[in-house]
Amino acid sequence: MTAQAIETDVVIVGAGPCGLFAIFELGLLDLKCHVVDILDKPGGQCAELYPEKPIYDIPALPIVTGQDLTNRLLEQAAPFNPQYHYNQMVTTLKKLPDESFELETDGGMKFHCKVVVIAAGGGSFQPKKPPMPGIEDYEGTSVFYSVKRMEDFRGKDILIVGGGDSALDWVINLQPLANSMTLLHRRDEFRAAPDSVNKMRELVAGGQMKLHIGQVTALHGDGKILSGATVKGKDGEFDIACNTMLPFFGLTMKLGPVADWGLNLEENLIPVDTEKFSTSERGIFAIGDINHYPGKLKLILSGFHEAALMAQEAFRIINPGERLLFQYTTSSSNLQKKLGVA
Amino acid sequence: MAKITFIEHNGTEHSVDGDNGMSVMEVAVKNMVPGIDADCGGACACATCHVYLQGEWAEKLGERSEMEEDMLDFAFDVKDSSRLSCQIRVSDDIDGLVVRVPEKQF
Repeated sequence: MTAQAIETDVVIVGAGPCGLFAIFELGLLDLKCHVVDILDKPGGQCAELYPEKPIYDIPALPIVTGQDLTNRLLEQAAPFNPQYHYNQMVTTLKKLPDESFELETDGGMKFHCKVVVIAAGGGSFQPKKPPMPGIEDYEGTSVFYSVKRMEDFRGKDILIVGGGDSALDWVINLQPLANSMTLLHRRDEFRAAPDSVNKMRELVAGGQMKLHIGQVTALHGDGKILSGATVKGKDGEFDIACNTMLPFFGLTMKLGPVADWGLNLEENLIPVDTEKFSTSERGIFAIGDINHYPGKLKLILSGFHEAALMAQEAFRIINPGERLLFQYTTSSSNLQKKLGVA
Repeated sequence: MAKITFIEHNGTEHSVDGDNGMSVMEVAVKNMVPGIDADCGGACACATCHVYLQGEWAEKLGERSEMEEDMLDFAFDVKDSSRLSCQIRVSDDIDGLVVRVPEKQF
């Protein structure tokens, strides 16, 4: 089933700081944005990697945390009523004969727009895959990095690896469905919420699941379905029988589908010009950490500048022939009305 | 200042100088030592600058903070000698440090 395409001026790929500021700059020029991000929240790396860490090089904010910066950018973009679509990745981007674009996400959404802004930072956050020989053969049949449908795990002999909230949450949620449940972690301490850890320990004490301390070193099976895993523990190696494994080792950034969109790439970055921040394809822009040009600095403040200049050209593409009047937010009653402050 | 030796998985050695106050990760990146990805740029938030302390250094520098210990959960093949190189500060005391870089920072 294909959903009806959402019509909009601009689709921004990535809700990190540069994507969020792009909403503002485009909004001042009356361009409406939809924003797609693979994470379940806005902020990109700021929110996912270092929400609590202070950033010291945002102009006029001597110190701000990643989360606080995200919150402020959301507030700044809010007057333009952007539409956010989380938990999905833009998988395909097609140019149509009339120079507009069609995008599809892995969540089944479709967009039709005149301008695309790629603000995807270091790429999309994807689950880390343990570098074990042969693990790819089992992915999708026995090895899963997320749970899409709990019912698929009924009656399985499940091995969950990790010590964070994802690992513990799925231990607790899948244990009642599973034929057997084993949790494996490299140490007997868990980062997960204490409540989840207590629940897990109760299940272990009640004999409803097993907890092992160690690290997986090898997988066994017929190349499609797992039969077990070899684990290195403090006192040597042992085997755990399982036909399903869920490793939770956090997220890593991968360029992902951007590589398949027919754009020129240089070492996983998108070359752009420094006047419009356009990619090799007219109408597709790249701003922030994902672009490259002579002298590029991967700083949030550079991405903000790039967003402002990109918006000028985006306006010209969407409103051909129309004159773009340069205005200041301090003095333009027109801009102030858009911002809801006039 | 301290001389630091990074040994790649394939045995290639890189002996470089680090200035006091830098992190061992920064020294690696500055000298383009392969195998130290440092995705997060030193925020102790990604576990992609994982190294193994060699020889006596495992004992001397083996202590890890709680945050680093948590973050090592995201690394692969963690050993007693494992550290995140962004969490080791260069000082005269670590002159001669030898670390091994894992095959992959997954």
